[in-house]
Amino acid sequence: MIKIENLTKHYGDVKAVKSISFDLEDTQIVGFLGANGAGKSTTLKMMTGYLTPTNGNVYVDNKNIIDHSIEIQKMIGYLPELNPLYGEMKVHDYLKFHADVRGITGYDFNKSLEKVVSECGLQGVVHKTVSNCSKGYKQRIGLAAAMIHDPKVLILDEPVTGLDPNQIVEIRELIKRLGKQKLVLMSSHILQEIQATVDRIIIIHNGEIVADGTSDELINDSKGLSELEIELLDADESKIKDMKAKVPSINVKSIMTTDSKSKKVTLEHNSNSDPRKDVFEYVVKNKWTLIQMNSSKRNLEDIFRKLTKQGVKADA
Amino acid sequence: MHNINAIYKKELRSFFTSPMAYIFLVVFALVNGYFFTNTFFLYNQSDMRALFGIVPMVYLFFIPAVSMGLISREKGIGTIEIISTLPIKERDIVIGKYLAGFTLILISLFTTIIHYFTLIKFGTTIDHGAVFTGYLGLALVAGVYTSIGVFASSLTENQVIAFIVGIAIVLVFFLMDKLLYFVPASMAGIIQYMSTEFHLSNISRGVIDTRNLIYFGSIIGFFLFMTTRVLESRKWS
Repeated sequence: MIKIENLTKHYGDVKAVKSISFDLEDTQIVGFLGANGAGKSTTLKMMTGYLTPTNGNVYVDNKNIIDHSIEIQKMIGYLPELNPLYGEMKVHDYLKFHADVRGITGYDFNKSLEKVVSECGLQGVVHKTVSNCSKGYKQRIGLAAAMIHDPKVLILDEPVTGLDPNQIVEIRELIKRLGKQKLVLMSSHILQEIQATVDRIIIIHNGEIVADGTSDELINDSKGLSELEIELLDADESKIKDMKAKVPSINVKSIMTTDSKSKKVTLEHNSNSDPRKDVFEYVVKNKWTLIQMNSSKRNLEDIFRKLTKQGVKADA
Repeated sequence: MHNINAIYKKELRSFFTSPMAYIFLVVFALVNGYFFTNTFFLYNQSDMRALFGIVPMVYLFFIPAVSMGLISREKGIGTIEIISTLPIKERDIVIGKYLAGFTLILISLFTTIIHYFTLIKFGTTIDHGAVFTGYLGLALVAGVYTSIGVFASSLTENQVIAFIVGIAIVLVFFLMDKLLYFVPASMAGIIQYMSTEFHLSNISRGVIDTRNLIYFGSIIGFFLFMTTRVLESRKWS
């Protein structure tokens, strides 16, 4: 569907995007993750024809953005960062304007309007003025305008920034529904947001792609340390510390005594090993009571931090 | 074509959903009405020359004010990114916006028709042809000034700057005719040809010459072309 080839953008001496390449398939939700200033928006702006690449190209359905920007813009729906809208317009008129440009008129417009209004939950505000709507509604108006022509590709730049938690959940659900029928590419600098919504994550840092895959793939690839947390009754501390002798794959990181006289122990182990069985057997042998065991896999946040830090080092 | 129409309708709607268009129309009608009636009964002449003399002066400020927001406002609030990523050519955006501004100015010019009826009521031996060409001249000058206003609006995201730049460029075209005494004779012909007043006075006298029409057409075309280039330049920023 979309093919990005050696895409590069320089603003004067600043290299915002450095020769990135990736492919996107038909129906999936792809998250574009990176810190502020990593080059996310610049990449999206090149994909939508707002900026011309310094080098490289974007292909949508085998058409390239430099020679066929109008054709590509017809296939794409785009919600820019900060969601600019014409505040003085009525919501209905704003959507009508987008439909007019897309060549959707008359009966087709009524049908499309009905569809996006119900999909985006705009029933209550269709005849209101845009500037009088709440931020959550404005975001949905922007989305509705971007999808009025039922595009194959939706590009959303930071779609949930500035929304309250309830609104975030609503927009997230909406994006998930859309991802079943379309290719949705959304950017965010908020990791939890991306993790909760997308099928595939592309992490960009300093204008380069530093990771690309599903959330699980990224975690498994990273070969870091995982944590195992257990809570024990009637256990004594010195014996807990000896655990390493019997279960060599672990390290005792911390031991904490709780109010209810149980001990919370945090163990560290290599992500590709699973010491749970050995730990359990050690506990049984010592006749302690195991009341809780939590295996916390390395989370994406650590990986994100590690990747984006590495990037800085490699760059320096 | 339907894109020009979509932009045109959007701009015209936004003029008339805010109080702006109404304020413009009322102010324009009042200012011109005042200057026209002030001397109309005094001179006791059956023509509208007083009006055709004052409207170009009012245009100097009025047209840059109408057109200042056409593009700069989109840049200011960021919606330029929306219309630039919709499947519309920059050229169509510029033409649509230009026509919307031009329409508002023609509507305001239309409010002065009332003075024509005053003339018919009180005047004798009225030269209707001169009135017609006078209006045609004013419409053509309005077309030129609007294209300058749209161009000024594309240069900045600040409406006040767009307004001032617009007035400055319009003033150059307006004053060229008055500068003829100060330029060498070899240049005078060109400078005179560049001035809007020169062509306006020709048409107002009742002579519709293709040279004048070509002048107006090419100045409008030049500024709209430049505006399109300015809009396209964002891609290579």
